[in-house]
Amino acid sequence: MEIKDIDNLAELARIDMDTEEKASLVSDFDNILSYIDVIQGANVDDVELDFNNYNAWREDVGQSRDFDRDLIIDQFPDKQDDFLKVKKIL
Amino acid sequence: MIDTKNLTIEKAHEALKKGEYTCRELAEAYLKNIEEKNAELNAYLEVFDDVLEQADRAQAMFADGTAVLMTGVPLAIKDNILFKGHKASASSKILENHVAAYDSTAVKKLKAAGAVILGRTNMDEFAMGSSTQTSAYGVTRNPYDLERVPGGSSGGSAAALAADLALVTLGTETCGSVREPAAFCNLVGIKPTYDTCSRHGIIAMGNSLDQVSPFGKTVRDAEIVLECLAGYDPEDATSTPQNIVDETRTKNMKPEMKRIGVPWHLFTEGTTPEVMDNFKASIDKLKNEGYEIVDIELPYAKYALAAYYIIMPAEVSTNLSRFDGIRYGLSVPGENLSEVYKKSRHAGFGREARRRIMLGTYVLSHGYYDAYYNKAVKIREKIKKEMLEAFEKVDFISTPTVPFPPFKLGERMDDPVAMYLCDIFSAPANLSGMPAIALPSGMTESGLPLSIQFTANNFCDQALFDLGKKFEIIK
Repeated sequence: MEIKDIDNLAELARIDMDTEEKASLVSDFDNILSYIDVIQGANVDDVELDFNNYNAWREDVGQSRDFDRDLIIDQFPDKQDDFLKVKKIL
Repeated sequence: MIDTKNLTIEKAHEALKKGEYTCRELAEAYLKNIEEKNAELNAYLEVFDDVLEQADRAQAMFADGTAVLMTGVPLAIKDNILFKGHKASASSKILENHVAAYDSTAVKKLKAAGAVILGRTNMDEFAMGSSTQTSAYGVTRNPYDLERVPGGSSGGSAAALAADLALVTLGTETCGSVREPAAFCNLVGIKPTYDTCSRHGIIAMGNSLDQVSPFGKTVRDAEIVLECLAGYDPEDATSTPQNIVDETRTKNMKPEMKRIGVPWHLFTEGTTPEVMDNFKASIDKLKNEGYEIVDIELPYAKYALAAYYIIMPAEVSTNLSRFDGIRYGLSVPGENLSEVYKKSRHAGFGREARRRIMLGTYVLSHGYYDAYYNKAVKIREKIKKEMLEAFEKVDFISTPTVPFPPFKLGERMDDPVAMYLCDIFSAPANLSGMPAIALPSGMTESGLPLSIQFTANNFCDQALFDLGKKFEIIK
């Protein structure tokens, strides 16, 4: 793990980081990865992952919820006429 | 004067029913304790301003005959459990002023039962830690020794209960976050079978592992709280339907559950001598009570914590992507959308949260996904399988709850792996989904709490309570 790898991960994770933190993450990663690397010794060749997935979403029909609309809108960092306002993306 | 030190839910219920005191007086007794002791412990982040109104509503339930065991019970909730109209920050700067817009199912059930929610308790930020030292709002101290940690991540709830700042408290577990602080604060803590309690309205850390989990001073108290919280919830996509809970429980529970398996190979090294001696003494007491102690081998359990530290960060990096400064929480202005995300997440998350997000991003990234995430998921399957096999031979699996007694504030903070090792015996229950209970098992020579853990098969939470009640008598 090198600083440039940390830079890439920070970009993927959308987190600004200063140089000091990046350097300490390099050594943290070495420490943590050497611990979790014990899993490479585990034999899991015979494990078939069968997640048995099924649709847990409800049907797309309106249902009442007890969300407080005002509490949600009040907490928008930026808004205009009850709409959430974000920086332009185009 | 209400004797809060020796109070249990059933004793309080009897007294409230007989009118020895009112729900308001009971709540006030705890508010007084909080007033006196919270400053030095920092167990509560906030005491809610509607406590007495809640108590009056509970009193009305006694008046009209609808009171249940939880009615009027003053309790505290961890800061990641949503209570509509009240702050819930997960002890993070990124949610410092966040007000819950709806009730978690846990709170909904507590409200329906007339419980009195006193306030929200300190925790490791987003439940990431084992000592409540990563909170953005200061450390919580252990009531048994103010220079030591209360455990974590639900350390505020543990300290609050141990110091009688609530009659019972709620925490959440992802990997030992209730059992480990229960061990450090001389309490009972149960991690119920995965998704017997709804996760709806709990600020998520690792969805496949998270579970609301109660603390009690007695096994019976923890049992009463769990009875109140458990049940199918359509709002939680992984909630287990009641018929499956019932069928599996019927299959797994046996009339006589007396066989305790001990995987000695997992903890002969790395456990302090006093923890080991206390554990052996506890096992001997159980043997004298007619329990059969069986040596068992769990060859994959030694990989549990490492697999956990892949699966959990992977889920963390996904879950915490929602905190981006856009819809709620801390927002730092930037030139463009990407800058708002990056600056808000830098300013809002603490170091451990950032570290785990980065680790999760790494194990899920192209080129490492198979070596880490997929491998860890397969190990998890192996662990589930070997535990199911073990439960064909034994009724419980027992280990110490934590390899060492509570440590000093500041310790283990510079070494993430040393901190992670606090939960080495917790991981198998969270990875397998099986229920596990931590029970007080004595004290060290210097008066620090020690604890023993029992794990049972899926949906056999009741067997853990039954065993726990016996152990309370013989310990």
